[in-house]
Amino acid sequence: MKNIFDRWTRRRLKNFVMLGLTVVATAIALVPLFSILIYVAVRGLQALNWDFFTQLPKPVGEPGGGMANAIVGTLTLVVLGSLVSLPVGMLTGIYLAEFGRGKLAWLVRFICDVLTGIPSIIIGIFVYTLVVVPMHRFSALAGGLALGILMVPVIARVTEDMLRMVPKSLREASLSLGATQARTTVSIVLRSASGGIITGIMLTLSRAAGETAPLLFTALNNRYWHSGLDQPIASLPVYIYTYAISPYPDWQGQAWGAALVLVIIILVTSIIARLASRKKYFGWN
Amino acid sequence: MAYRSRSEHRPWGEQLFGGLTLAAALAILVLAVLLGYILADAAQPAMHKFGWRFLVTSRWDPVHEVFGALPVIYGTIVSSFLALLLALPLSLGIAIYLAELAPLWLRVPLSFLVELLAAIPSVVYGLWGLFVLVPWVRDSVEPFLARYLGFLPFFRGPFYGVGMLAAGFILAIMILPTISSISREVLLAVPNSQREALLALGATRWETIRLAVLPYGRQGILGAVILGLGRALGETMAVTMVIGNRAEISVSLFAFGQTMASLIVNEFSEAFSAIHTAVLLEVGLILFLITLTLNILARLLVWRVAKGMEGASGQ
Repeated sequence: MKNIFDRWTRRRLKNFVMLGLTVVATAIALVPLFSILIYVAVRGLQALNWDFFTQLPKPVGEPGGGMANAIVGTLTLVVLGSLVSLPVGMLTGIYLAEFGRGKLAWLVRFICDVLTGIPSIIIGIFVYTLVVVPMHRFSALAGGLALGILMVPVIARVTEDMLRMVPKSLREASLSLGATQARTTVSIVLRSASGGIITGIMLTLSRAAGETAPLLFTALNNRYWHSGLDQPIASLPVYIYTYAISPYPDWQGQAWGAALVLVIIILVTSIIARLASRKKYFGWN
Repeated sequence: MAYRSRSEHRPWGEQLFGGLTLAAALAILVLAVLLGYILADAAQPAMHKFGWRFLVTSRWDPVHEVFGALPVIYGTIVSSFLALLLALPLSLGIAIYLAELAPLWLRVPLSFLVELLAAIPSVVYGLWGLFVLVPWVRDSVEPFLARYLGFLPFFRGPFYGVGMLAAGFILAIMILPTISSISREVLLAVPNSQREALLALGATRWETIRLAVLPYGRQGILGAVILGLGRALGETMAVTMVIGNRAEISVSLFAFGQTMASLIVNEFSEAFSAIHTAVLLEVGLILFLITLTLNILARLLVWRVAKGMEGASGQ
C-alpha cells in the first residue's frame, strides 16, 4: 500500500513540476518582449521632438536634425507596394475563395504559403537583378516593388480566409435573386467581409513598413528629400540600421527614435486590428 | 464554390471578372517561377567558375576572386540550430500552457503578447540586440558559461558579446512566436476524446499531455519547428547586427560568425566585381532553395494536420 502511495506522490510531483515549467516558459518569453518595448519607449522618447518629424538628417557632428524624409519615404514605399500587392493579392484571394477549384487552386494556395516563408533579403536581391540592374540605379519604384512582392501572398491568403468566413447562405440568397456571380462576389461577399479584409491589410502594411533587408539593395537610402520615384529614397528601417551600427551616439539615439515611431505604428495597428476582429469578424466562429 | 448556370450564356462582365481573378492567381505562380529562374540565371557565372568546390572551401577573398562558402553555411546552420535548441522547449511550454492550462480569460491576451514578438521588425530586434542583449551576453552570460562550462570547447575565448551566441539568442526570441503559435493551434486541434480517455484511466494532466496530446500533434509540431528553422536560416537584419560578421569556422560560440544572409547584406552593395556579385547571388540562391524546401515540407505537414482538424474541431 505504501508503495502505491509513493508512486502516486511521485506522479503528482512530476505533474506539478512540468506544468509549472510551462508557466515559467511563458513568463520567460515575455521578458524580451517587455525589455524591447521598454527600451524602445525610454530611449526613443529621449530622441523624439518636433524636429525629428520636420527636419532632414544632419551630417555627423551637427546635433539635432530629424528624419522627416525617412518618414515620408516609408509611407511612399508602402503606398507603392500596395499599388502592386492590393489588386493582385485581393484578386487572387477572391479566386481562391470563390472561383478556384482543383489542382490549380491548391497549387496557388500552396505557393502563397511557401512564398511567405522566403527570406525577405532574397526578394531584395531578386528585385535588384530584375529592376535595379536594367535601370542602372536604385529607386523608390524598385523598393516599392520589393515590398509589394513581399505582401502579395499574405494579402491573398488574408482575403481568402475572410471571404471563407462569409456564410454560404448569403451567397445563395444573392444568387437566387438573380445576381450574377461577379455581382454577388463584389456587392455581397466582399462587402460583408470588408472589415476583416481591411484589418488584415492594415496589419500586412504595418509589417511591410518595418522591412529593411529588401530595401537595402532596391530603394537604398537618401539623406535628402527624394527628387522622383526613379531615385533612391530614405526609409525608417534603413535609417535605423545605418544609424545603429554607426559609432556616433547622436545617430544611435536617433535610431532609437526611429524605432519608437516604427513600433508605435505597428503596435497601434495590431491592437486596433485585434479589437476590431474580436468584436465582429471572429465572433462567428 | 462556383455557382455557374451552364444553360445560359454568361455576360461578358462576368467572364472578365473571373478571368481577372484567375490572371492574378497565375501571376503569383509566374512570380514564384521567375524568382527561382532570375536568381539561378544571375548566379550562373559563379556556378560555372567555382562549381561544387564553392560549397566546401572556406577561403573568402573578394580581391583575389577566391570564394568558398563553407564558413557562412556553417555560421547559418550553427546559429539556427542554437536558436532552435533554445526556442523549442520554451515554445512547446508556451503552446501547452496556452492551449491546455491557462485560465480562459488569460489565453487571448497572452497569445496576443507572444504573437506581438512576431510583429516587431527585425531591425528593431537588431537595435535592441546591439545595445541591450550584447552587453548582457558579454558581461554576464559569457563569463558565467566560461566559468562553469569552460571545459567544453564551445565556451572558450575572449568575451566580445557580439558573436554566434548572441545571434543564437536573438534568433531564438524571433522564432519563438512562430513555433509556439502554430504548435498551439495544433494542440487545440487534438480531439478532446484523446484527453478524456487518459484522464479516465487516472492519468495526471501532465501524463495526459505527454501520452495523448503531444504524440497526436507530433506531425504538426514538427511542421512548426521546420517553419521556425526556415525563419531562423533566412533572418537577416537582427543577425547581421549582432553576429560580428567575420566568416570564420570556430567551435567556440563566443567567436564572431557570419551567415549567408548577413554576408549578402554586408557585401552586396560594395561588390568588387561582376563575379563577386554573382557569387553573392549564388549564396542567395542556395538560401532560397533551402528555405523553399523547408517551407514546402513544413506546409505539407501542417496542412495535413489542419485537414484532420476540420472534422474534429471542438474549438
